[in-house]
Amino acid sequence: MILSDKYKLLRKNFRNFAETEFTTEIQEQLDREGGFNWDLHYKMAKYGFMGIKLPVEYGGQGGDTLAYVLMVEEFARVCPVLSIYANTPNSLGSGPLLTCGTPEQKKKYIPPLASGEKKIVFALTEPGAGSDAGGTLTRAVKDGEYYVLSGRKCFISGAPLADYAVIYAKTNPALKGNKGISMFIVDMKLPGVSLGKPELKMGINGYPTSDIILENVRVHESDLLGPLDKGFSTALKTLDGGRLGVAAQSLGIAQCCLEESIRYAKERKQFGRPIAKFQAISFMIADMATEIEAAREMIYSTALAKDAGEKDAPMKCSMCKLFASEMANRVAYKAVQIHGGYGYMRDYKVERMYRDARITTIYEGTSQVQQMVIAGNLLK
Amino acid sequence: MRIYVCVKQVPDTSGKVAVNENGTLNRASMETIVNPDDLSAMEQALEIKDQTGCRVTAVTMGPPPAEGMLRELIAMGADDGVLISGREFGGSDTYATSQIIAAAIRHLGLEEEDIIFCGRQAIDGDTAQVGPQIAEKLDISQVTYAGKVEMDGKLVRVMRLMEDGYMTVEAQTPCLITCVKELNRPRYMTVRGILECYDKPVTVLDYEALKDEPLIDPGTIGLAGSPTNIFKSFTPPQKGAGVMLEGAGREAVRGLVERLAARHVI
Repeated sequence: MILSDKYKLLRKNFRNFAETEFTTEIQEQLDREGGFNWDLHYKMAKYGFMGIKLPVEYGGQGGDTLAYVLMVEEFARVCPVLSIYANTPNSLGSGPLLTCGTPEQKKKYIPPLASGEKKIVFALTEPGAGSDAGGTLTRAVKDGEYYVLSGRKCFISGAPLADYAVIYAKTNPALKGNKGISMFIVDMKLPGVSLGKPELKMGINGYPTSDIILENVRVHESDLLGPLDKGFSTALKTLDGGRLGVAAQSLGIAQCCLEESIRYAKERKQFGRPIAKFQAISFMIADMATEIEAAREMIYSTALAKDAGEKDAPMKCSMCKLFASEMANRVAYKAVQIHGGYGYMRDYKVERMYRDARITTIYEGTSQVQQMVIAGNLLK
Repeated sequence: MRIYVCVKQVPDTSGKVAVNENGTLNRASMETIVNPDDLSAMEQALEIKDQTGCRVTAVTMGPPPAEGMLRELIAMGADDGVLISGREFGGSDTYATSQIIAAAIRHLGLEEEDIIFCGRQAIDGDTAQVGPQIAEKLDISQVTYAGKVEMDGKLVRVMRLMEDGYMTVEAQTPCLITCVKELNRPRYMTVRGILECYDKPVTVLDYEALKDEPLIDPGTIGLAGSPTNIFKSFTPPQKGAGVMLEGAGREAVRGLVERLAARHVI
């Protein structure tokens, strides 16, 4: 897609920021030690990256979905985990609030997210309920002006850092499947909220993930988000934005793998010439580049379709996530292969990219769930 | 108070430098960037704007595409941009360039508390002449090589970075200050800044707009008004293959020292 001057300038700025600020030292430290880099979080917030597509009236930057995917792509190209820092408040964190929130809830919760002062996380998954959200066991029982929440959420990205969590809980057990589930904004400092230990992950280290445990947590009814008993079906409508974000993250990972492979293949000599001169290697690079370009066109045009409110945009977001994440894994595999033994060593960036790529076909809906969504749309 | 920041769009010389067959620089095939010292000048102006709320204007002389660079500087925080552009201005050396920029600033108005910031030098011409010449032509004080700038009412205190140390100079506004890269780390553009920079004003000043200024005279601007002319440019010859010095340690070192001394390296 031919980008206008405005989007080219945005991309240039994202690239310059990521290449300058996401230093190799910071990336390696995050990968080795986990934790979270607050300095980078605040720096990203200062330039408006946390609220890039949030409305100006709520303290956001008023950008659109194309600006958002360009940012995630450019950030992930340098460091996939740091792309999550700015991705979350723009997608999963603010999505349910923007679609379902009352004006009071939006005014209270969105501006501090856009400015980076507060963090909100999305808590749907449970030990027994991942792809099948209908298996949600967390309960919310009405008691006067309060709902009393009990249950356990797992794999919650950013939970150890969060000020608030959007929690999905069953409010009407008589209703089956996705029905009878409601959303609540839960202040993480409320009595009865506790955290599990940070999970040890294969990749994307540097953005901690843990359980959230709720024991008789009293949430005021003003923090019920969206209509009672219809929380999940309403929330589903916000997930497509996050899926496009993961697609853009996959695209950035793949682009990095391609660039590293080209550089290495031109430098590395075997049998008296650079390995790039061998057809087996050069054809791998051609395939990688072609798949990346296909994903890029798909993601950019879906971003436009989403903002234009086109009916099939949510399905296209699933297609982008499915194709781009699987593509990133194929590309990362080839990148390690081109690097040979060195590609298996931590000193070479493709090793980390290979591990980081693996999550993209799993979180925010597995590839199989995306296939269900796409098929469901086509076979109605 | 208004701050003018004089900026130049230059080819990015950090990558591959493309050269035409006749030896001149192939500018068309190279990426353009904001001259690095000028970015530090802009950052200094924006820091003063953060403190005082003053108006910051980015001024450049160049072909119409240089407007894109002005938009970038507006996205960083400048309030507006001025593009001095016209065929009559082409081919100017430092004398003619500073003549035209000084005329443009006089045309826009220079008040008693105003400051002009420039970069120390541009990475393409590498002369470091334009800033001081603008100050001379406007008849205002100049301080070069600024490594730190402090405002104290109408007094500006500048730390000048010298080769072997620094000196502190005080100057009265209006004055011109040229900045070095060591002064600061320029900020990035903000997202909102980029989204809005295409709606902010960029004034284009052509020959018609400036021709009544006393400094503008067909005999002192452009190629015709330039006292210096580039006679020839060429690519420096590439170094040949390396030479291995034979012999034992002492002998080889003596040979190395002789070679370096012969080339005036030491």
